[in-house]
Amino acid sequence: MGSALPLGDPAPADGRLPEGTSELSHGHPFGVYVHVPFCRVRCGYCDFNTYTSSELRGAKQVDYSGQAILEVEFAARVLAESQIAPRPVSTVFFGGGTPTLLPTHQLIEMLRAVDDAWGLATGVEVTTEANPDSVDARYLADLAAAGFTRVSFGMQSAVPHVLQTLDRTHDPERVPQVVGWARDAGLQVSLDLIYGTPGETLDDWSRSVDSALAMAPDHLSAYALIVEQGTKLARQIRSGVYPEPDDDLEADMYELVDARLDAAGYEWYEVSNWSRASVAADSGAAPGSSAGPRPDALTGPATPATEFRSRHNLAYWQGHDWWGIGPGAHSHIGGTRWWNVKHPAAYADRILAGVSPAAGRETPGADSREIERVLLLARIRSGLTIDSLAPEARREVAGLIADELINAKAAFAGSIELTLRGRLLADAVVRRLT
Amino acid sequence: MSPRAVQQLQPASTDPALIRNFCIIAHIDHGKSTLADRMLQITGVVSDRDMRAQYLDRMDIERERGITIKSQAVRMPWALDGQTYALNMIDTPGHVDFTYEVSRSLAACEGAILLVDAAQGIEAQTLANLYLALDNDLTIIPVLNKIDLPAADPDKYAAELAGLIGGKAEDVLRVSGKTGMGVEELLDLVVASIPAPKGDADAPARAMIFDSVYDAYRGVVTYVRMIDGKLTPREKIMMMSTKSTHEVLEIGVSSPEPTPSKGLAVGEVGYLITGVKDVRLSKVGDTVTTFAKPATVALKGYSEPKPMVFSGLYPIDGSDYPNLREALDKLKLSDAALVYEPETSVALGFGFRCGFLGLLHLEIITERLEREFGLDLIATAPSVIYEVTTDDKKSVTVTNPSEFPGGKIASVSEPMVKASILAPKDYVGTIMELCQGRRGTLDGMEYVGTDRVELHYKMPLGEIVFDFFDHLKSRTQGYASLDYEPIGEQVADLVKVDILLQGEAVDAFSAIVHREKAYAYGVLMTERLKKLIPRQQFEVPIQAAIGARIIARESISAMRKDVLAKCYGGDITRKRKLLEKQKEGKKRMKMVGRVEVPQEAFIAALSGDTETKDKK
Repeated sequence: MGSALPLGDPAPADGRLPEGTSELSHGHPFGVYVHVPFCRVRCGYCDFNTYTSSELRGAKQVDYSGQAILEVEFAARVLAESQIAPRPVSTVFFGGGTPTLLPTHQLIEMLRAVDDAWGLATGVEVTTEANPDSVDARYLADLAAAGFTRVSFGMQSAVPHVLQTLDRTHDPERVPQVVGWARDAGLQVSLDLIYGTPGETLDDWSRSVDSALAMAPDHLSAYALIVEQGTKLARQIRSGVYPEPDDDLEADMYELVDARLDAAGYEWYEVSNWSRASVAADSGAAPGSSAGPRPDALTGPATPATEFRSRHNLAYWQGHDWWGIGPGAHSHIGGTRWWNVKHPAAYADRILAGVSPAAGRETPGADSREIERVLLLARIRSGLTIDSLAPEARREVAGLIADELINAKAAFAGSIELTLRGRLLADAVVRRLT
Repeated sequence: MSPRAVQQLQPASTDPALIRNFCIIAHIDHGKSTLADRMLQITGVVSDRDMRAQYLDRMDIERERGITIKSQAVRMPWALDGQTYALNMIDTPGHVDFTYEVSRSLAACEGAILLVDAAQGIEAQTLANLYLALDNDLTIIPVLNKIDLPAADPDKYAAELAGLIGGKAEDVLRVSGKTGMGVEELLDLVVASIPAPKGDADAPARAMIFDSVYDAYRGVVTYVRMIDGKLTPREKIMMMSTKSTHEVLEIGVSSPEPTPSKGLAVGEVGYLITGVKDVRLSKVGDTVTTFAKPATVALKGYSEPKPMVFSGLYPIDGSDYPNLREALDKLKLSDAALVYEPETSVALGFGFRCGFLGLLHLEIITERLEREFGLDLIATAPSVIYEVTTDDKKSVTVTNPSEFPGGKIASVSEPMVKASILAPKDYVGTIMELCQGRRGTLDGMEYVGTDRVELHYKMPLGEIVFDFFDHLKSRTQGYASLDYEPIGEQVADLVKVDILLQGEAVDAFSAIVHREKAYAYGVLMTERLKKLIPRQQFEVPIQAAIGARIIARESISAMRKDVLAKCYGGDITRKRKLLEKQKEGKKRMKMVGRVEVPQEAFIAALSGDTETKDKK
């Protein structure tokens, strides 16, 4: 199911990390990702590692949290045996699939297991993804009471024909309702939108953006639809049911969402992510926020402020450490990346046998690590400092300013900040900087 | 029925009266090589066991395409009425590009077998060679081949042949090279009707070179026809055009493997090996004499091979450039007509400007370079030689559009040819349309037999080298055949059209065309490139221009989006690998100003692949 895993080196059965991981890991915050590989239906565009009940070959949802907890315990042992200094967990993210297909007690048990294994840091960010039609007020309140701080709803669009093309089953009218419940429960709310769906017009997109803004979310992600090989949507485009995606229209859509969000007081902080500006702790919490003092993910523990950006996602881009629990989940600790076997049944077999569920891994060399660093940080607003670049890459900076791809003022102040045009051409910028 | 000759005549001491020198004139697939094979077998020079199809065609390409590029001569014994004769069969090249070589082969013979496919009739190329043979006063033996084919219509084509060369249709011999039927009668007829060679045995030696081939082990093997006198081993010989001298290391006849002899005497056909390594030192058409007792007058008809068609050859992988040079250096040893010099192109990198006798020559050389030397090549559009006179009376010879002078031009002259096209009469209309579109003027037309027509056109060679033959073939379902010969030059309203990417000319696409066609060429190329060049971060104008005047314009709009929307934990490895791949791809891009163009785009634009794809 879904996209293929990368090719890598074989991973050892005991999960032991290579020599030197400990040094590279030193000083980085630590996060945990928990993959929940279940969906009621598979959406036509989705290539994530997820399974409907008919595809599970005997793996059962009710057993899942137990297996995930076994991997958490396994992870704690591997890190200790690999001499990685123990750190409390800064962020936990439940993604999928549809994590909210599981009953709350399963999600809560898994969070407890993470706490038991490493401890949760002060101000920990705990997010779950949710489908608007898989949660109710009670469900969300239970999660918040158990320590969840954030929910990310897969809204995708407010326009019925677009949702239909995407195979999304929820009723767009329901989204404001679930957002209200989440807010009542004290959870931060993020909305995910998708643009560039075949048949979606600029007007359709404008309606979706306005609908999202009307709900005043704390955070918003807008992703251009990627037609992944092997998906139903890819087949439909190949056979002419839908047209090929139009890059120019998608550029118009990106410009539209950026302008609307900017006007509404949101700031972009990554090419596809916007948040309300962070608020100092003493100026009062934003509406709907279960605000507490939190360390700033970018600068480490400093000014206590209410952070609306996704610190968990920032950790991916900043090269921090995280352990991915569950089938097909990817992990990164101190320069080594690995990925678990994809099918829930194969995963269960490994976990129950006490064997590492990793299917493969790699420890990229210094050159590749530098490429990853630049390609990830360049996408973050002022995430990449010019000082940290290799001399050849620094020589590109003037040209990037001249081509209006990066902001001149930020560059003079020492960091790479993509312009609007630069965000749309971010891959080209990265190619010039690597 | 003749028996095989019991005893062979010895070279160097054969009475010229017992020698018959002949060639076979035939169109590409009319079965010449198969007939030659049968003759080798029936006369016993090749045993049945050693026989392999198309024995004389040595190169793979020749055997695969069924055409003969280089000629060779074979000596075969044949007995008639109790007397043994020596038959020299000179295999002639079969294509328009090699007309000069054909003419030398014909000059070495006293007779020719005119071989025509009994299912297809005579073709333009064969007609042209037939005229050459008649010009050389050769005795012609008309023969219909492939009479075993169900589609054969020998009565019809016998009448056609009789109409062409005179004589009676019943006298046209009918053979099958495949089954051997009629081949013995044909050999008898060669002895009976072709005159014996004449020459002065006591005069200073004169031998005409009708072929010169390079052999990796033995150096150049020179094929000669003795006219006067005698050549012997260890003798010092002299080439009359260059006065260069060489020692004869080996002399002999092919039957068909090289067989050394005590020499070659009047009327004989054989080979010489002097140890030289370059065919340029032993050129087709030159006269060989002895150093000790040289002849004073060379045999007539010698001319330097003159390239007519030029094209740039570039390795697709730039690092193959030294290999291409080496390969050309090697091919040159066996091909006196191939000329080349280094050339650089913005679009294509380092390559060679090569001169060829014609389009087939170009095609054969390119194919040999690719096949025998493992090179991947791209050839620029073929060009001819233009003589450009500027307003200040300077004359410039242009074989490459990039040499076309800027500034005011007083006149441009272009090479002209007389083209003969032979086709079934139903296609006359479409052929006329094509030729008129190519600036041809009709010089006359005549029926060949009852249902085929030969059209004569005066046309610029430049129009023929540019895919004319492809169009002719497709308009006539492959039935038309073409021959052409140079007939001088004409002044024409020719201009150079440049193709500019963001204001920078892309040399590989500049072309010299007639002013009336400049716009069409400009539109064709700008549209093609628009389809092939990927979008850049800025708008890229593509223009066609004559000098400073823009005649056609397209533009590639700026790429606005080049970013992967998502990049989370599981995407990072994939994204990095994608980026590394993109950067690798970027290294193979050619830069035209700031525009990055994949080499494949240039190649596709040159080969016209875009239109072909559209048709599918």
